[in-house]
Amino acid sequence: MLIDVHGHFYTERSGLADWQERNAARLKAGRRMGITAHVASILGTWGHRSPTYFPSPTDVEHANAAMLSLQRMHDGEVIGYCVVNPNFADHALDQIDQGLDGGMIGVKLAASRRADDPLLDPIAQRAGDAGVPVLHHIWHHRQRDWPNQEASDTVELATLALRHTETQFIVAHIGGGGDWAHTLRAARDVPNLWIDISGSGVDVDMMEWALETIGAERMLFGTDLTMATGWGKLRYLESRVDGESRDLIRSGNALKLFPTGAFG
Amino acid sequence: MTVDVAAFVGPFPFRHVSRGTPKWLLGQMDRLGIAEAWVGHLPSFLYRDPSPGNADLVRILSDHERLRPVPAVNPGLPGFASELDAHQRAPAVRAYPTYWGLDPQGAEMRHLAVSCAAKALPLVLTVCFEDLRQRHRLDTATDLPAAAVRSLARISEDVKLVISGAPKGFIEEVHFGLTETEGERVLWDISWIWGPPEEHLRTLLETVGAGHFVFGTGMPLRIPDNSVAKLDLLDLSQEDRDAIQEGNLRQWVLAR
Repeated sequence: MLIDVHGHFYTERSGLADWQERNAARLKAGRRMGITAHVASILGTWGHRSPTYFPSPTDVEHANAAMLSLQRMHDGEVIGYCVVNPNFADHALDQIDQGLDGGMIGVKLAASRRADDPLLDPIAQRAGDAGVPVLHHIWHHRQRDWPNQEASDTVELATLALRHTETQFIVAHIGGGGDWAHTLRAARDVPNLWIDISGSGVDVDMMEWALETIGAERMLFGTDLTMATGWGKLRYLESRVDGESRDLIRSGNALKLFPTGAFG
Repeated sequence: MTVDVAAFVGPFPFRHVSRGTPKWLLGQMDRLGIAEAWVGHLPSFLYRDPSPGNADLVRILSDHERLRPVPAVNPGLPGFASELDAHQRAPAVRAYPTYWGLDPQGAEMRHLAVSCAAKALPLVLTVCFEDLRQRHRLDTATDLPAAAVRSLARISEDVKLVISGAPKGFIEEVHFGLTETEGERVLWDISWIWGPPEEHLRTLLETVGAGHFVFGTGMPLRIPDNSVAKLDLLDLSQEDRDAIQEGNLRQWVLAR
């Protein structure tokens, strides 16, 4: 079993003429890689009608509905995160309730509001109460604001995680840009932070340091937007760890992290 | 058989790289079925004069036939051509103009390109070592510009360039900004090109052609499995895969 905890899909509102081909490409590549479940989200309209990282409520609703539709279409192979924009607090909670009722198994927070902001508290609480994890976009060791996103780093996410110790948080894409070593330090002593190995970055030592600081017990396979780099890191990891650690990273940790029965 | 055109030994000044040894490289190559690697001396990109780094490189690799030293030559130094003479058996030569304060398409680099061409030596140029978002605050050199590759490729019909670490847009800008004949003198390593679902590599193989690409990893900076994985995700014919892994490069070497 191989569970990808960080996937994305597109819709007809994503502003991409080839959105269906991209979705098909993810599924095809996933089958070749042996992925048995894609846990995925749709980030609004990917900037087409509102910014990717600041999606409007309308775009959030559309994206989550489309994600649920994909989930139904690919039963068991595709499972959704509920995307929310915490700046629309009531709407976010309503979306989470609807999404989880519809069969989604996690909450996706991107970069609409800093992770340590109190506006995220009700969302974190709701996820914890429902027993689903929060996948949070991270810019590793963000040292300034970048256009079109209010990105957080892992120190900021750790602040939220320490306020909500019963909620599990996935630090998105350790290879997703920035100083990954800073993230590993920040996450080391926060037991409800998990690391997904996705992202275009494929630095040697990234996986070794993750194993040393976080441990295979809190590492998760993921691919984000660059599937080959996620798979490459997994293959490299598999050459370095024992069978037990391998199984944890491939699927064992995800089976613990997501609700019981989420993967059949 | 697979040849990696983008491997290094030695330390990296901007972060700790623990695995830059021949033993580690060979271990990865054995694991992944890579027969041979063109190996640069990693710290030399910051040396004002990389010649001592070349001597270190030759010494470090002296017992390892599968690791072929690729010396770095700074054309901003007086008498740089003697360094080319000293390494005539090398498979190629490396240069890092943006780190050496040289105009990447200026007179010195043009001189180097012509000098390499006269000796039938391919010139390996690296677009970048690390993602922009993670660079050390002292790593302020710009990426190699696409315009420089176009300019160098046009100098002479004998110039041959291997470009490492270029993404899709860079490759397209150069390839379709050259004549067909000029474009045949540029090979691109696949290390920085995205696979599915964006399908950058698949698209490039259709639009630019498999005959223009070679295998590169960037190890020990980058996990080598990445480059193998992206080939495994393509529906490549064995002929095209062989060309990327070795054949395209061999054609150049045989031409020497």
